[in-house]
Amino acid sequence: MPSLGADMEAGTLVEWRVKPGDAIHRGDIICEVVTEKGDIEVESWLTGTVEQLLVQVGQKVPVKTLMALIRTEGEGAAAVPPAPAPSAPAPSAPAPSAPAPPAPTPPAPTPSAPLPAPQPSSERTRISPAARKRIEAAGLDASTIVGSGIGGAITIADVEKAMSASQPAARAESEATSVTAIRRAIARAMARSKREIPHYYLSQTIDMSRALSWLERENSARELPRRLLYSVLLLKAVALAVREVPEMNGFWQDDHWIGSDAVHAGVATSLRSGGLIAPAIHDVGGKSLDEVMHALQDLVNRARSSGLRSSELSDPTITVTSLGERGCDSVMPIIYPPQVAIVGFGRVVEQAWAENGMVGARRVIHATLGGDHRASDGHRGALFLRAVDSLMQSPEQL
Amino acid sequence: MTAIAAAVPPAAMPGVVKTTYRDALRAAHRDALRRDDRVFLMGEDVGRYGGCYAVSLGLLEEFGPERVRDTPLSELAFVGAGIGAAAAGMRPIVEVMTVNFSLLALDQIVNSAATLLHMSGGQCAVPLVIRMATGAGRQVAAQHSHSLEVWYAHVPGIRVVAPATIEDARGMLWTALQDPDPVVMFEHVMLYNLEGEIAETAGATDLDHAAVRREGSDISIVTYGGCLPKSMRAAETLAADGISAEVIDLRTLRPLDDETILKSVAKTHRAVIVDEGWRSCGLSAEIAARIAESALYELDAPVVRVCTVEVPIPYPRHLEEAALPQAASIADAARRLVNHHG
Amino acid sequence: MNEQELREIVKRTLHRIAPEVDLDSIDGKTDLREEIDLDSMDLLNFFVALHEQLKVDIAETDYSRLTTLDGCVQYLREKTGAV
Repeated sequence: MPSLGADMEAGTLVEWRVKPGDAIHRGDIICEVVTEKGDIEVESWLTGTVEQLLVQVGQKVPVKTLMALIRTEGEGAAAVPPAPAPSAPAPSAPAPSAPAPPAPTPPAPTPSAPLPAPQPSSERTRISPAARKRIEAAGLDASTIVGSGIGGAITIADVEKAMSASQPAARAESEATSVTAIRRAIARAMARSKREIPHYYLSQTIDMSRALSWLERENSARELPRRLLYSVLLLKAVALAVREVPEMNGFWQDDHWIGSDAVHAGVATSLRSGGLIAPAIHDVGGKSLDEVMHALQDLVNRARSSGLRSSELSDPTITVTSLGERGCDSVMPIIYPPQVAIVGFGRVVEQAWAENGMVGARRVIHATLGGDHRASDGHRGALFLRAVDSLMQSPEQL
Repeated sequence: MTAIAAAVPPAAMPGVVKTTYRDALRAAHRDALRRDDRVFLMGEDVGRYGGCYAVSLGLLEEFGPERVRDTPLSELAFVGAGIGAAAAGMRPIVEVMTVNFSLLALDQIVNSAATLLHMSGGQCAVPLVIRMATGAGRQVAAQHSHSLEVWYAHVPGIRVVAPATIEDARGMLWTALQDPDPVVMFEHVMLYNLEGEIAETAGATDLDHAAVRREGSDISIVTYGGCLPKSMRAAETLAADGISAEVIDLRTLRPLDDETILKSVAKTHRAVIVDEGWRSCGLSAEIAARIAESALYELDAPVVRVCTVEVPIPYPRHLEEAALPQAASIADAARRLVNHHG
Repeated sequence: MNEQELREIVKRTLHRIAPEVDLDSIDGKTDLREEIDLDSMDLLNFFVALHEQLKVDIAETDYSRLTTLDGCVQYLREKTGAV
């Protein structure tokens, strides 16, 4: 079970997309898991053949639990499984599981034991099929229900009793289970950030008139479906600015900074149901504006319909949050651990702007950098924000 | 002899007559013989003796020896003759004394009657009705008391029905005669004396649907034939205990009306299947399997079967009673399923 | 296509973007961005969907006319020649 976020502790397997004997390639989607952030498609880190599936659909297992055996090419029939995939990433990729979440506490299964698929225990709770269906629908914990049926089986009546006993709580829970789960994930990540990361903040007002005029011209020549949003320019500018100040990109782990060559920009995306996630657009620096736009559109739409992939959630190297046209003037964003920087953009506002001794009305945006003082200092941060500013003045170069 | 007319009680509601299962069957025969001159009845002692269970009493006198025919004592021969007559365009009703003796005609029924329409590519239908008594309770010992309905319900190409009420005794025969396939009709020996009221105008009933004989919400009792009255009594007892039992009368044993069974189980979440046949490989096994296949997630308790003890039916009364499903054992099984406390 | 049909198309399209919102309860003159919380990506998706269904071109400079239900319907009437 890969870690799909710094604070993820466990995930529930929803579906296997492969079966033993299937040939898979690195990046192929092998299964779907549900986490506090919604349904996530898990990609393989290895190329090879699926040897064995060890986790059953519906099982909730801690991060780092061995889920499947994959025999890589040239490898003999695996008697000993390869190390759990996500803990041994290729050098170019950031370790998605790090920093390691606190070791799962018992009674979690030992992650390293290459056991066959778990057998139903003989002490399995007896639940009638109809009661089981209701328990799942209501999101109840069967271990808290006392069975009154034959052989102590939990029956519909027992489930109904349990539901009415915890009526107000249970109802609220079932209505907003996913929302509360996301809230908890945000709470954990943000609390950890504020606890551990010494933030410094810098801000810069960026003149957006050139960029927006250029974009308007560009868009007027484009068919509606091919038009760009200005946030695409901001994303690209951030990615290119990172080339000048690489300390902003990467992770703080085990007391040192681990950089990343590629810029995987996490895009803070609010969900209609409430909550926020920041999945990554991969290698923004290497993409054209059209490609970034396409990726952004795809990512936001999938984030809002719970169709994200594991790598998108686990490996942003820097996060961008843009409040959009209905936001406030500026934002003091909180870094998503273990990243080391977050760039915030307020809304575009028109204001009086003095330049070369002349005052005019300009459309501007307030850019803010939240930096991890362990990984970089304010001086470097300022260089970074200025680089973003200057890139925005030559939008055609982006 | 006009049993129905003779039985009209002075206090009956207008349009309603008191009758018995046996008399209703006889009325069905009379009706069929009158309506369709291709219909005739044959079997051992159906004429002069009036039928082993007196179903056809008086019909020989009314319709004559051409249409109510006594046959030699050979099930194989007269069932075979009935198949031939049906294939040739007649609408025979063949009475076999009991299902136990019908095994002598099993080859004719399974290998000829059930297959001809299929093997002739649809050219040769066998619109034959074979009536037979079934079941125990009259102290006639093992060779006359078994419930072998499932032997026939196993076979594609025949329809198997089990009238368990006076309405069905009156109504199933005519519908069965309209079926292009052979229909085997099981009449439980303990039902012949069943008394009740029936509409004067009662006629044909369908052969496609099971019937909910009593509505309930806590448990479904699925049964047919001779066990229906016992199940109804059990439901009555259960009601006094505060358990609301629904009683399903299968009516047709092949093809089974899955929909009615599953709908009931989906409502009550518990099922007791009551079958006077033996449990192993029985009709009850088939119904339990269908419930498990299609309504597992509706079940709140294991499916329970109340069947005849797996012995040849004993002769002594107390042993015969002990071997058979009874209202008390049905109610007990239902109670165990509903009132469990760990 | 009449005005009512256009309104239905607009509502159906919005429903796909904001399925939790009861569109019948929304005043035709309220700003949709505020009322049902549409961001620029939502709006773009909305415009693209209208463009694809009705084959109308919507210039970026016209976006501001399509921020209310009534505005959308009025704009689309002009563009499609609907009565």
